Amino acid sequence: MTETGEIGPRGFEAGAAEPEQEPVWRRLSPRMLLVHPVQEVVRAAPALLGLLVAGSSSGGRGHLWSLAAVGLMVVYGILRWFTTTYRITSEHVQVRKGVLQRKVLTVPRDRVRTVDVTSHVLHRLLGLARVEVGTGTSDKAGGGGLRLDALGGAEAARLRVELLHRSSRTADAQAADATRGDVAPGDNAPGDIVLATLRPAWIGFGPFTLSGLITVGVIAGFVSRLASEGNVDLGRFRLLREGWRWFGTLSLPLQVATVVLILVVFVAVASTLGYVFAFWNFRLSRHGGTLHVTRGLITTRATTIEERRLRGVEISEPLLLRAVRGARLIAVTTGLRVGQGAQRGGSMLLPPAPRGEAETVAGLVLTAEGSPPRPGPPPTTAPLMPHGPAALRRRFTRALGVNALLAAALFALGRWADLPSWPWVSALALLPVTALLAADRYRSLGHTLVSGHLVTRWGSLVRRRVMLECDGIIGWNVRRSFFQRRAGLVTLTATTAAGRQGYHVSDVDLAEALRLAAEGSPGLLDPFIIPEGFSWEMA
Amino acid sequence: METPTLRPPLHRVSRTAIWYWTVRAALGWLILIAAQVGWLVAQGDYLGVRVSGLVITVVVAAAHLAVMPQWRFRVHRWETTPTAVYTQSGWFKQEWRIAPVSRIQTVDSERGPLERLFGLANVTVTTASAAGPLKISGLGQDTAQRLVAELTATAQATAGDAT
Repeated sequence: MTETGEIGPRGFEAGAAEPEQEPVWRRLSPRMLLVHPVQEVVRAAPALLGLLVAGSSSGGRGHLWSLAAVGLMVVYGILRWFTTTYRITSEHVQVRKGVLQRKVLTVPRDRVRTVDVTSHVLHRLLGLARVEVGTGTSDKAGGGGLRLDALGGAEAARLRVELLHRSSRTADAQAADATRGDVAPGDNAPGDIVLATLRPAWIGFGPFTLSGLITVGVIAGFVSRLASEGNVDLGRFRLLREGWRWFGTLSLPLQVATVVLILVVFVAVASTLGYVFAFWNFRLSRHGGTLHVTRGLITTRATTIEERRLRGVEISEPLLLRAVRGARLIAVTTGLRVGQGAQRGGSMLLPPAPRGEAETVAGLVLTAEGSPPRPGPPPTTAPLMPHGPAALRRRFTRALGVNALLAAALFALGRWADLPSWPWVSALALLPVTALLAADRYRSLGHTLVSGHLVTRWGSLVRRRVMLECDGIIGWNVRRSFFQRRAGLVTLTATTAAGRQGYHVSDVDLAEALRLAAEGSPGLLDPFIIPEGFSWEMA
Repeated sequence: METPTLRPPLHRVSRTAIWYWTVRAALGWLILIAAQVGWLVAQGDYLGVRVSGLVITVVVAAAHLAVMPQWRFRVHRWETTPTAVYTQSGWFKQEWRIAPVSRIQTVDSERGPLERLFGLANVTVTTASAAGPLKISGLGQDTAQRLVAELTATAQATAGDAT
């Protein structure tokens, strides 16, 4: 669901919003005419490679067709360039586009929440940058936000400054500054306060991010496509053949060990490379009410988040990263959904880094510029209240219960449906692991309310600690299942327009939940709370 | 028990809602029963299974129809104050939702064909959060209209975009 009641980007049909005066419609950078063909060719690379490798051996017509398709796509891309224009009026950002179906997309300027400037390799070579204007309400793929692919680097930087620093008097100065630099603007711009920059030592966290798993998957997919579409016989490569033969001579445990080892090394290397590619030159800075994140080695990205949209931050620690005391920092802002991948969604504030660093930066981000420091311990490091023995018991009954049920079901299947016995044996063997998980999940649970922030922490495989501004809480839900009721616990949810839309404090005493909610939103709950004992059966 | 608790919201929904819920649930059960009767009439083996299946469905349906609407009527409650909207719902999974009036984004009232038949309406109060719509179903039409008018008026009076 999108945020209701907000006016998001609206697509007007052509003709509905004809220009009245002033700014002319501008074209995208003409250099894009070079980019389109190359992009299409790269996209079709596996097929073309196959064509090259397989040569005329197959002699089929299929390759001709794919060549023709590539040609068509190139022509379409060029047509798209000719039909796309944009302009920025004093009130709107408008894009006209569409080869067959003409469209005018209009975004009111005061709804612009994020501006994302991305440059891929080709873009960088040609000094181009893609600009994405996010309004938050519907940043789904292909949906709401405007995308200008692509402008000249200087033009993109100027646009970003223009859109987000409406009131800033240094806008022009910064734009001028940006014209001199590469795509990543704002370096050493006046009024910029640097909150964090990448330290080379952080790259050591790369292998623990597992981001390389995807890369390995992509490479595997590419190779298999090459093999099938391009009719490439992998057996032709001597190295592979020799390796395969050697692999065949190994015993089974050794084979498993080899595969695991190879996979681990591959993933670690790919993750480290991925870290370097994504976060090289990472820099988080604050400028006149906005947060800037610039990063990237080959593809550069610059994201700008308006601070008045910021409702809090989230420190997330995936298990592996937590094992080496690392953490990431994610912004909780309205208009940027966390769910769609923190990196792609642009809400990332700090790449995997030492936890202490994440906490420090979180503290810096939470204290708004120029505001007096709030009394009390900082929400980032304040000790959390544990949820008590009932919550601990619930963690164990839930985790072990599910595992035991699974084992029982597998056992029953093995007994009466001829399933081999190893599934239920391994399910039983998992019980200690499950118990550990339950214990860790309990250890993660915690909450507190300090310095005007609700702090809640949960999770084991990914432990998250969210610090949510009380002002950003727009309602409370108290929920309890039958089992929670018997354990005297409830789940409290602070609803908010930002991030995950609602943040849970799981399995907490009802009294404690009410205390939190009453303190978080003073006066709101008072009429509904009765301090003395009350029997629900009376209702 | 010396700990503070939430008191239930003041108002119950309309008593007619009991009938509305009964009829709506009965329609659902009827479809299932009709399918089973069809299966019974059709040719085939396992007559015992089919008959007992039908009997079980009828018994469960009767129990559900007897208990659910009454229970739901007891647990679905709502209340508004000048500053907040407060709802209670759920019997197995209980839930209380509280939203400040100042953060209300929209107030929707909806009447389906069946609800119209019973002179009922439901009201959904949404905030800017996707996690917090407050739904009150089974209100009398007058009550619903009054509630919508009241909430809209108060919500309009507050400035800002309520996020």
